[in-house]
Amino acid sequence: MTVVTSLLPIDVTLGVIAYWLLLAFAGLLLQNTRTLTRVIFPAGAGGALVLAAAALSSLGGPVNVAVLPLGLPDLPFHLRMDSLSAFFMLLLGAASIGISLYSAGYFRDYAGNKLGLLCFEYHIFLASMALVFLADDAYLFMVAWEAMALSSYFLVTTNHNIPDTRRAGFIYLLIAHVGAIAILMSFGVMQGGHGDYTFATMRSAHLTEFWASVTFLLALFGFGAKAGIVPLHVWLPEAHPAAPSPISAMMSGIMLKTAIYGILRVTFDLIDVQLWWWGVLALTLGLITALFGVIFAAVQTDMKRLLAYSSIENIGIILVGIGLAITFHVFHKDAVAALALTATLYHALNHAFMKGLLFLGTGSVLHATGERKLGKLGGLIHPMPKLALLVLVGALAIAGLPPLNGFVSEWLMLQAFLLSPGLPHSYLNMLIPIAAAALVLASALAGYVMVKFYGVIFLGQPREGKFEDAHDIGIWERLGLGWLALGCILLGIFPVFVILLIDPVTQLMVGHTLGNSAAQTGWLWLTPLEPGRASYSPLILFLIIIVGVIFTMLAVKKFYHGRLRHGPAWDCGFPEQTARMQDTAEGFGQPIRQIFEPFFGVTRIVPTPFDKHPHYRGESRDRIWDYAYLPIASITEKLSALIGRLQHGRIHIYLLYSFLTLLALLAFVR
Amino acid sequence: MNISGIFLQLFQNTLVVLIAPLLVGWVNQCRAWLQNRTGPGILRPYLNLFKLFQKDAVLAHNASPLFRFHPYILFACMWLAASLVPVIATDLPLSPSVDVIVLVGIFALARVFISLAAMDIGTSFGTLGARREMLVGFLAEPALLMVFFTAAAISHSTSLSTIVETLAHKQFVLHPSLAFAAIAFIMVLLAENARIPVDNPSTHLELTMIHEAMILEYSARHLALIEWASALKLLAFSTIGIALFLPWGIAEAGNWGAIPLALVALFLKLVAAGAGLALLETVSAKMRIFRVPEFMGTAFLLAVLGLLVHFLHGS
Repeated sequence: MTVVTSLLPIDVTLGVIAYWLLLAFAGLLLQNTRTLTRVIFPAGAGGALVLAAAALSSLGGPVNVAVLPLGLPDLPFHLRMDSLSAFFMLLLGAASIGISLYSAGYFRDYAGNKLGLLCFEYHIFLASMALVFLADDAYLFMVAWEAMALSSYFLVTTNHNIPDTRRAGFIYLLIAHVGAIAILMSFGVMQGGHGDYTFATMRSAHLTEFWASVTFLLALFGFGAKAGIVPLHVWLPEAHPAAPSPISAMMSGIMLKTAIYGILRVTFDLIDVQLWWWGVLALTLGLITALFGVIFAAVQTDMKRLLAYSSIENIGIILVGIGLAITFHVFHKDAVAALALTATLYHALNHAFMKGLLFLGTGSVLHATGERKLGKLGGLIHPMPKLALLVLVGALAIAGLPPLNGFVSEWLMLQAFLLSPGLPHSYLNMLIPIAAAALVLASALAGYVMVKFYGVIFLGQPREGKFEDAHDIGIWERLGLGWLALGCILLGIFPVFVILLIDPVTQLMVGHTLGNSAAQTGWLWLTPLEPGRASYSPLILFLIIIVGVIFTMLAVKKFYHGRLRHGPAWDCGFPEQTARMQDTAEGFGQPIRQIFEPFFGVTRIVPTPFDKHPHYRGESRDRIWDYAYLPIASITEKLSALIGRLQHGRIHIYLLYSFLTLLALLAFVR
Repeated sequence: MNISGIFLQLFQNTLVVLIAPLLVGWVNQCRAWLQNRTGPGILRPYLNLFKLFQKDAVLAHNASPLFRFHPYILFACMWLAASLVPVIATDLPLSPSVDVIVLVGIFALARVFISLAAMDIGTSFGTLGARREMLVGFLAEPALLMVFFTAAAISHSTSLSTIVETLAHKQFVLHPSLAFAAIAFIMVLLAENARIPVDNPSTHLELTMIHEAMILEYSARHLALIEWASALKLLAFSTIGIALFLPWGIAEAGNWGAIPLALVALFLKLVAAGAGLALLETVSAKMRIFRVPEFMGTAFLLAVLGLLVHFLHGS
């Protein structure tokens, strides 16, 4: 018994990390598809469950610290598990249970050697994300961060025989490293010349406002590159479609949140001052990101690209919450800051579940039909009813509809806007309603996107080809998707319990909690500040809708004769109907493309009346490529061509360079 | 939560579901009078519902369970929405569970479901209607929310009951922010209820239809439920407008004597609102579908302006 009681959560977490590493090497050695899918992936899910439990027990508990005698001499790894780490660890564990279970079924067709490698990278990826949350010095943090980037790079390029996949992987790796350099530099500023890179030193160091701002901007850039904040988002729509679906789910659901963790850790924990304009900057960037993501999601024709843009939108919403929390915290409105931060963390947790669910759902669609283009899908609700039901939960949740989980976090976020007390700047006060309007617009557009996503894939008739032999999902997929769907429902219906879990984190970050006021009228009602101002009870709402539906059904059954015939679709009496007359994904996105035309670089190929084989093609381009990335790329190429002139491939010229450098150095040093 | 409150809630639930078709009938009759027609009589919607409940339902071959299940969800959502608005008395027991943001969420839930059901059969008109409905919705929803936010900012609460109590008991103060909100709200009401100039409820024409295109494949009991739900939605929007902009005469918490008076006041306000709606519809022309985003964008901007005015002006 003493052994059990003396186990700290951090020890359990380290145990799980070691266990995942073990599974990784086991996968590399075994290379047998059956063993890998039936044993290793479910075992990984078991580890995730233990991790989630440890994180749950650690939330609100004492801070655990450990030092591992690994790494370089005199540079041991410092580990620390406080409430912020524990919350994100909970997110990692809870969401990866579903993804690992699903993977057990999804990868059944992969060849053994390929799957062995994938299993290795997959579990390294999991372990490195857990280490990112645990790291308490910059050294370990960067090691874990890079391990995470590299393992996910190899996971993205699993199907590396496709050129597009290699290109997507390259862009991902490039932006990940540009970001990593910025993060490293922000750590460099924070340690302030002491040469001691532990987070404890950074916490105690005092930075001037200028250097604090430099740190914040570097961190926002570096972590923003990982999170996909506009204009650093370009890797997301490339990498997600290229990766196998469980990997997309993991990256979008969990890995993006490591960047959110980083921003929160640096801003609220490591830096001791905050400035109000940081909040405004984050808020503005978040709004741009959210609107940009959702508008582009609406015009996509590839289902995984659509979800990738939707992830950009959600990261934007999360960043809006962070911006609000910073602003309110600076002006000492800590109750509302806690509300905004709670909404942020709640949305991060929700997004892990909903986006995981949707990406896994696209995996099953891809598996059953071999098709990723929305324009060719349709009518999958008939051959795959179970998948259709589970994905419907995720789609409704991410569209922010009550009583599911996406709505709760949006509700909290809107309350933070509405309850915003008077801020001392009148421009700031003006910004609040405008920001609220933009956020509401983004979340309404999310509904549009999800109707398109779900309607085009699952409803109607197959647009091209027949999917009658498409098989419904197997038991492992059902378990994984079911777990995530259950999470979406429970997180939506019992928000007060979730907020009580988040409380220790907001206590740590802004020194105020929401739990006491949230639960003041019982767990049934969610009341952010006072019951008179706002309250919401998802459970009651859910029950009323259910009762209303059942009552209506019973009444109709009682009074109606119930005769029903089946016939062909009417469609206003038009006799000739084919499946190709339905809206395609492009058609469904057309109004958005028209309204927001200036945002897109639209190219259209329109047939003339004399074309023998009329062909129409419309394409919407991300203009940020043209205006930001391609110029940078061409400048880089020119510079390297200039530098290339120094290279002649003759050894005596290189020796001359060395000699000149030495002379120059001598002149300086003397 | 007391017994009288529950009784009142049940009373309101029954009342709204019964009088909703009457409001539609009244609007149609007013329109007919304004257009120099005799009109079908204000009881026509009841007869229509009765007729539809007599018919045999016809279901398209490839209808999925979602298609058959949707009318019940739609009806339940709209019924709930109409029952939530404090029209007679403010102390409704459901009020603490559902605030204005949730109310907008319920409308959004119904909209998403009706669009999905429209796409289910896979006909050209169904998907066209779904796309147009979502197009109208993605601008109408934030505009409606902004209208509510203006009212919420004035009363420091997002609870409908508190908003109505605050607005009803204030002295007659003209809030400039509420004036903006009222115009925006009327535009949203027209769009959300498929009224002219955004949509025309009485045609089946490819160029114009939105709502009708979505429900083409429904028949008999399913269609009856959808029609009834649309009537409930119109009633819900009318009562929301009354509650926000003309709240006087509503019964306070526990004041039973005021309820008959409140009922009379509600009746008169609905009669006036229905006539006003018919007048608006008669004097305006249906606009091209491509103009709808501009119309809705105007509504959204007006609503944002209202909120902005409140934040700057403080009233």
